[in-house]
Amino acid sequence: MLRAALPLLGLPLAGAGAAEEPSQEPGSPGEPPPGLALFRWQWHEVEAPYLVALWILVASLAKIVFHLSRKVTSVVPESCLLILLGLVLGGIVLAVAKKAEYQLEPGTFFLFLLPPIVLDSGYFMPSRLFFDNLGAILTYAVVGTLWNAFTTGAALWGLQQAGLVAPRVQAGLLDFLLFGSLISAVDPVAVLAVFEEVHVNETLFIIVFGESLLNDAVTVVLYKVCNSFVEMGPANVQATDYLKGVASLFVVSLGGAAVGLVFAFLLALTTRFTKRVRIIEPLLVFLLAYAAYLTAEMASLSAILAVTMCGLGCKKYVEANISHKSRTAVKYTMKTLASCAETVIFMLLGISAVDSSKWAWDSGLVLGTLFFILFFRALGVVLQTWMLNQFRLVPLDKIDQVVMSYGGLRGAVAFALVILLDRTKVPAKDYFVATTIVVVFFTVIVQGLTIKPLVKWLKVKRSEHHKPTLNQELHEHTFDHILAAVEDVVGHHGYHYWRDRWEQFDKKYLSQLLMRRSAYRIRDQIWDVYYRLNIRDAISFVDQGGHVLSSAGLTLPSMPSRNSMAETSVTNLLRESGSGACLDLQVIDTVRSGRDREDAVMHHLLCGGLYKPRRRYKASCSRHFISEDAQERQDKEIFQQNMKRRLESFKSTKHNICLTKSKPRPRKAGRKKKDGVANAEFTNGKPRDLGFPDTAAVILTVESEDEEESDSSETEKEDDEGIIFVARATSEVLQEGKVSGSLEVCPSPRIIPPSPTCAEKELPWKSGQADLAVYVSSETTKIVPVDMQTGWNQSISSLESLASPPCTQPPTLTRLLPHPLGAEEPQAPPDLSPDPRTSFAFPPSLAKAGRSRSESSADISQRQELQPLMGHKDHTHLSPGTANSHWCIQFNRGGRL
Amino acid sequence: MGAAPSASAEVRELEGKTGFSSEQIEQLHRRFKQLSGDQPTIRNLRKGPRGLAEEINFEDFLTIMSYFRPIDVTMGEEHVTQSRKEKLRFLFHMYDSDSDGRITLEEYRNVVEELLSGNPHIEKESARSIADGAMMEAASVCVGQMEPDQVYDGITFEDFLKIWQGIDIETKMHVRFLNMETIALCH
Repeated sequence: MLRAALPLLGLPLAGAGAAEEPSQEPGSPGEPPPGLALFRWQWHEVEAPYLVALWILVASLAKIVFHLSRKVTSVVPESCLLILLGLVLGGIVLAVAKKAEYQLEPGTFFLFLLPPIVLDSGYFMPSRLFFDNLGAILTYAVVGTLWNAFTTGAALWGLQQAGLVAPRVQAGLLDFLLFGSLISAVDPVAVLAVFEEVHVNETLFIIVFGESLLNDAVTVVLYKVCNSFVEMGPANVQATDYLKGVASLFVVSLGGAAVGLVFAFLLALTTRFTKRVRIIEPLLVFLLAYAAYLTAEMASLSAILAVTMCGLGCKKYVEANISHKSRTAVKYTMKTLASCAETVIFMLLGISAVDSSKWAWDSGLVLGTLFFILFFRALGVVLQTWMLNQFRLVPLDKIDQVVMSYGGLRGAVAFALVILLDRTKVPAKDYFVATTIVVVFFTVIVQGLTIKPLVKWLKVKRSEHHKPTLNQELHEHTFDHILAAVEDVVGHHGYHYWRDRWEQFDKKYLSQLLMRRSAYRIRDQIWDVYYRLNIRDAISFVDQGGHVLSSAGLTLPSMPSRNSMAETSVTNLLRESGSGACLDLQVIDTVRSGRDREDAVMHHLLCGGLYKPRRRYKASCSRHFISEDAQERQDKEIFQQNMKRRLESFKSTKHNICLTKSKPRPRKAGRKKKDGVANAEFTNGKPRDLGFPDTAAVILTVESEDEEESDSSETEKEDDEGIIFVARATSEVLQEGKVSGSLEVCPSPRIIPPSPTCAEKELPWKSGQADLAVYVSSETTKIVPVDMQTGWNQSISSLESLASPPCTQPPTLTRLLPHPLGAEEPQAPPDLSPDPRTSFAFPPSLAKAGRSRSESSADISQRQELQPLMGHKDHTHLSPGTANSHWCIQFNRGGRL
Repeated sequence: MGAAPSASAEVRELEGKTGFSSEQIEQLHRRFKQLSGDQPTIRNLRKGPRGLAEEINFEDFLTIMSYFRPIDVTMGEEHVTQSRKEKLRFLFHMYDSDSDGRITLEEYRNVVEELLSGNPHIEKESARSIADGAMMEAASVCVGQMEPDQVYDGITFEDFLKIWQGIDIETKMHVRFLNMETIALCH
């Protein structure tokens, strides 16, 4: 039969695949061919895997096609479309082959298609939310499913007794109960498929979804018990069997959960030791989870529960243990597998329905079942919610109940279970199959289609997706502690108390046992959020940078033109700023032509967006190790840079500088002055979140980078102290000047003093090349022409009097007189930081922060690799007090010039 | 106060003040006596640096606990926002240790340090930098545009409300005072 159906789909591709094979064929031993076969057809050898691959391919292609039209997918859930597609495909196969061929095999479904979906949902289950609502979820899953099964079964039996079901449906009460047990369970696959597109609030989602996952145990038990009762025959069932049935409920559910937890433990423990074989980390996750599934299945425990618990339990430790890349790999593979399985399930469901030889229709049964499952679901939900609301402090309101009853979708689990029935024992199997198909189709298609409008119409509280903020995380943590404390004070050991106890236990023993030491050390939720936020900022910053670049349509200036620009700006400066009063740095900067400014923007974009050129590439080609590539190092750099920026801008808040809407733009004080003199177009950019739309913002980046380097110098200092910075600095500068002639990325930070001036920051090449005059420091005043000295002094003194960021202050001030600066800010609490360098405070803390962060994710080897790169930049900053070093550099530069 | 609130008038007064039922008040009183060792007040044993009350009596105790009552959603929108505000004010005072109406950076840092103190591997500096980051974020959330010479010197209560926007505290800040029979008597 396969042969008949296959030409349809398989042939063209199979031909293409086979065309490449002949080259290998002659080598294979076999009976000597009559001649040298140029072409041999070997369909049978590849048939099974080929078919599987083909089906998945068809399903994926269908998915692509569906999503070509946004309009369709926004109205119709994907699961509906897939079922319909399945129906069409099944129809085609039926038409061609005259016999339905493919269908959802229960074995395939339970062993291969279901586990990825369940693992995915368990692993990515929001555990906090899940446990917060565990009581409700368990109630609905256990009581609700039992209720549904018994009432539906009994009602159908009643229907039959009433004569509304055709007499040819031969079924007794037990048969109907069996049918009720398999049709009553809400299906996780269907629920997930539909609810993911309807964004109801999280509580509602977790209740419906959690129920659909946890009710598996109940379904399995009910199904097995009823099945064995039916097989035994109603006459032979004894009282002890009922008791055994009840006991098996506990055995199956608790056993399944236990199996899952044991495997979660094993998994976490294993990943602790994978440091040297990172490449198998994702594999381990899948293997052990699958092993949990199979083990539970083998012991006829609830396999779904096992995998859910495994995913739920291991996630925290596994995520901490495995590398960042493995984490991504796990995530994507899991999502891919789950989505793939889901697609195939729905498509096969559609195809299976075409096979009319398997089912027999009875309108009374079908309509009765449809009515009863809807009715009893609703009734059950209302009753249970009423009961739960007596205890719940946040009651579930009527709208929630409507959505919950309407969201009780049935799916492939029911179908697979009904296919598994034994026709000799259950004579009405065909009728049950038909009914199940109708029920599944009705719930998935009709309810799936209508639930979105319903949710909209009822104005169900939707999930608000707001970004996590650090404050929120902090507050919620404080909050948990407070609640636990209050429970303790009241003497009522409730949920919060036990959660707190669990967390302490986890911290003390479990985490220590299951987490890699390096991971454990920095493992903290608050820190995680902080880290994530920083990463996000950094990414969006880079994105914005790219955006500015493209939208501004900047052209890359060639090196010579840029040089000339710089020169003209210097001459401009000398010519135009004769009126010494306005000779301050900002003026110098803004006097330049627009083109020059563009250059500046460009430069800083590159400074921020590009990364230090790496000279050392490890040519590694190993199957077992993935070398951490430049990308990752760059990410790290962005992170450091960004962290610096956040703190920098915060510092300036303290330093009395305004904060505009966007975080990284605290430098408006400086800008204001600039704006006064500059042309009008040079106004504040539109407020952007994290962008760097104009030069001022860019200034900040570079500056933060400088700081970052100064910090990293402190981190690295311990490691390589012996290096003489003068030599390195010169060689570095020279080398960079020669090698990367055109777009050397930020040479200046290596040789400039701790807090560079605005001019420098905007045009760092100035300091590296010609014009020390632009450079405001005590040294450079000497270079400025004598007639301009008064102007300098004025501007410097005006800067001093202003409460301005360290950026706009002459570096000598910050470097030599840190205390007066501290005095400038009355708001700063005097005991803020004990060390004398408070005024440009953050470096020490940052250095630490940066270090512990880098420990968090970086391998030591990688850090060592980074060190030379990071270390050499900043030996200027090693000692803020030693003027010597500074002078050395100055000399060097002079010599070079 | 603090004597047995058996006098029903007294209980009723407390009921009106705190919103607890008389049963709950009785249970809380039992607990209170247990904690205080049958004294009328609970004394503060830890010598706090500043602003800490020396002792609290039963009414204070009840008042504090009443912040953790669940919000009665049926009472209407206004009531909900009102009690939300009250709960938040209570929280705010927990941060604002010198009760000057502002959570200053220093205070915030202390809180974060305490929060992270459970993990010995996180240094004080990183706790600080987290607090700094959070403060910065708070500033950017709360004060969109600042004058150049304006200083953001702490989170005021209004800002605090803004930060908590979107977190439905009213559904979270509660402790079960129902079924208080399960009081753990061992201590």
